Amino acid sequence: MHALEINNLTKTFRAPDGEAVPVVSVASYALATGEQAALIGGSGSGKTTFLNLIAGILRADGGSVAVSGTDLSGLGDGARDRLRATTIGYVFQTFNLLQGYTALENVVLGMSFGPGPDRARAAELLERMGLGDRLHYRPRQLSVGQQQRVAVARAVAHRPALVLADEPTGNLDARSAGDALNLLREVCTENGAALLVVSHDARLLEVFNRVDDFANINQPGGVPA
Amino acid sequence: MIRGILLLIRRSLRQHFLSTTITVLSVAMACGLTMAIFGIERQAREAFIGGRIGWDAVLGARGSQLQLVLNAVYFLEASPGNIPWSMYQHLKHNTPGVRLAVPYAMGDNYLGYRIVGTTSEMFDEYRDRDGIPYQTTEGRFFDPGYMEAVVGSFAAARTGLRIGDEFQPYHGLDFDPNAAHAERYTVVGILEPTNTPADRVLWIPIEGVFRMEGHVLRGTGEEYTPEAGVEIPDEHKEVSAVMLQLTSPTVGWNLNQTVNRQGTVATFAHPIGAVMADLFEKLGFASQILRVVAYLVMAVSIAAILASIYNTMNERRREIAILRALGARRLTICAAVIGEAAAIGVMGALLAVPVYTAIVTAAASVAREQTGVVLEAARMHPALVAVPVGAVALAALSGVVPAIRAYRVDVAENLTPHS
Repeated sequence: MHALEINNLTKTFRAPDGEAVPVVSVASYALATGEQAALIGGSGSGKTTFLNLIAGILRADGGSVAVSGTDLSGLGDGARDRLRATTIGYVFQTFNLLQGYTALENVVLGMSFGPGPDRARAAELLERMGLGDRLHYRPRQLSVGQQQRVAVARAVAHRPALVLADEPTGNLDARSAGDALNLLREVCTENGAALLVVSHDARLLEVFNRVDDFANINQPGGVPA
Repeated sequence: MIRGILLLIRRSLRQHFLSTTITVLSVAMACGLTMAIFGIERQAREAFIGGRIGWDAVLGARGSQLQLVLNAVYFLEASPGNIPWSMYQHLKHNTPGVRLAVPYAMGDNYLGYRIVGTTSEMFDEYRDRDGIPYQTTEGRFFDPGYMEAVVGSFAAARTGLRIGDEFQPYHGLDFDPNAAHAERYTVVGILEPTNTPADRVLWIPIEGVFRMEGHVLRGTGEEYTPEAGVEIPDEHKEVSAVMLQLTSPTVGWNLNQTVNRQGTVATFAHPIGAVMADLFEKLGFASQILRVVAYLVMAVSIAAILASIYNTMNERRREIAILRALGARRLTICAAVIGEAAAIGVMGALLAVPVYTAIVTAAASVAREQTGVVLEAARMHPALVAVPVGAVALAALSGVVPAIRAYRVDVAENLTPHS
């Protein structure tokens, strides 16, 4: 079974002047269970929209997205929320950590809506990320690299089948980026989770066995094959 | 899920500490005030209409029944005048159905606490509504043949009078340091607290009031000044009121007919509770206004919860979007917002208890000082449960509006910008 299977996925936004702007048009894309892949593309190419469609945060205009065999297009809001809470992990481009919560609470909350909070696992993951002495720090008390690692811990804490990462190295120096990426890949491998990383960072080419060019699979304005 | 919601509520309350504190305090004040208004009104009504006072009726000079009751039972109003001793005698000896008749003679005070002249029957035969007689904590009751006094517990505490102390009565019901009588009375007993107006009274033999320097008796219509060593003829004696215990309400109805409808000399107030109930009815508009004020204060405090949470919804949109992206359902977010409002209500309701206690304690102190009636903060009243529960329910309800706004937050729009 595929961890992710996309067919004829389209998404169009309305520009302020009312003009329809096609952003995503992907004929076919798939990730096998446990597979790890990078999707390289320039800024503004629709990568984040693509991930949001996969995560069920955005509704597609057409086509289908199936995560672990579940087709999102047939799901209501609640079911898609549930799917995110149990099956999908998401490392956001800007981390999206909750500012009023500690590192530990951020990770615990990542589990709360799915399998349930597990403080011990959350603490263990953060320790593994090298944040054992920062469990009770707020995001603004952490460096950018540390925040990134909290976001990674939160994305994998509930043992999702599919982890999405949006520009996870974008704000980091080369060493921190490498560390964060290695940790993410390591945990995904342990959990048997598929990993899809989108980025405009060419350094990813050196890390992943499978690297796809988003420009090749996304043909907005064209008709998906 | 529940633990997640509780964490969201706790964190949000802490993040908005100032507005949370202010709204909690406003709910506490509103709740405490409302509980106090209901509690005090109920207790005051019970104390004045029911209470432990054991008298069924009171006979006094022609005038207002309410003034008579306030003067003779609650020692609040000025005396409407005196009635001849013979009326007391007639009630005591010749009126069927009168179980006990005790005369009061008033007109003096000690440091503002009323001095009441009465007979030994007050202590030997009177029983309150619970069948309990007056008892002393120290000493004994007065001997009617001596210038002795028995002091109510509250008056003793406030004046500092102890067994063996002597004091001079002052003329009039209000304390005037220049109006001291020459006589000196010795305190021979301190009464046990009764939680009635009697606690504020200094009791002396009625003969002492008759013979007090400067007092003139007008029992016959003409002035008579008692002389030392000479017995006072009954026809000259007069009393401020005659306190009555009756064998049945019918006796009271008959006396009402005789004294109030057919007579012109005296006023008969019966039953005492009905007279006071009439007063409370007349003052009913005041309690209505107080209740309305309480409801308004409560409404304002609930609106404050709504406003304080609603105003933070803009800044929370990103947080809500993140939570949704993590898998929180819309209803989970709504539950967290409503739970936050309810939590403010719960904290306010808990804090309302000391507010209520403080208000009732202050009111009780004034009531005790002014009337002798005891109000207790700890006495159970349905409002003590209904008001806090209602406040929490209303607070939760006030969270519905911001919860709906939270429900509508678009996740993608409020997350990171599109790349």
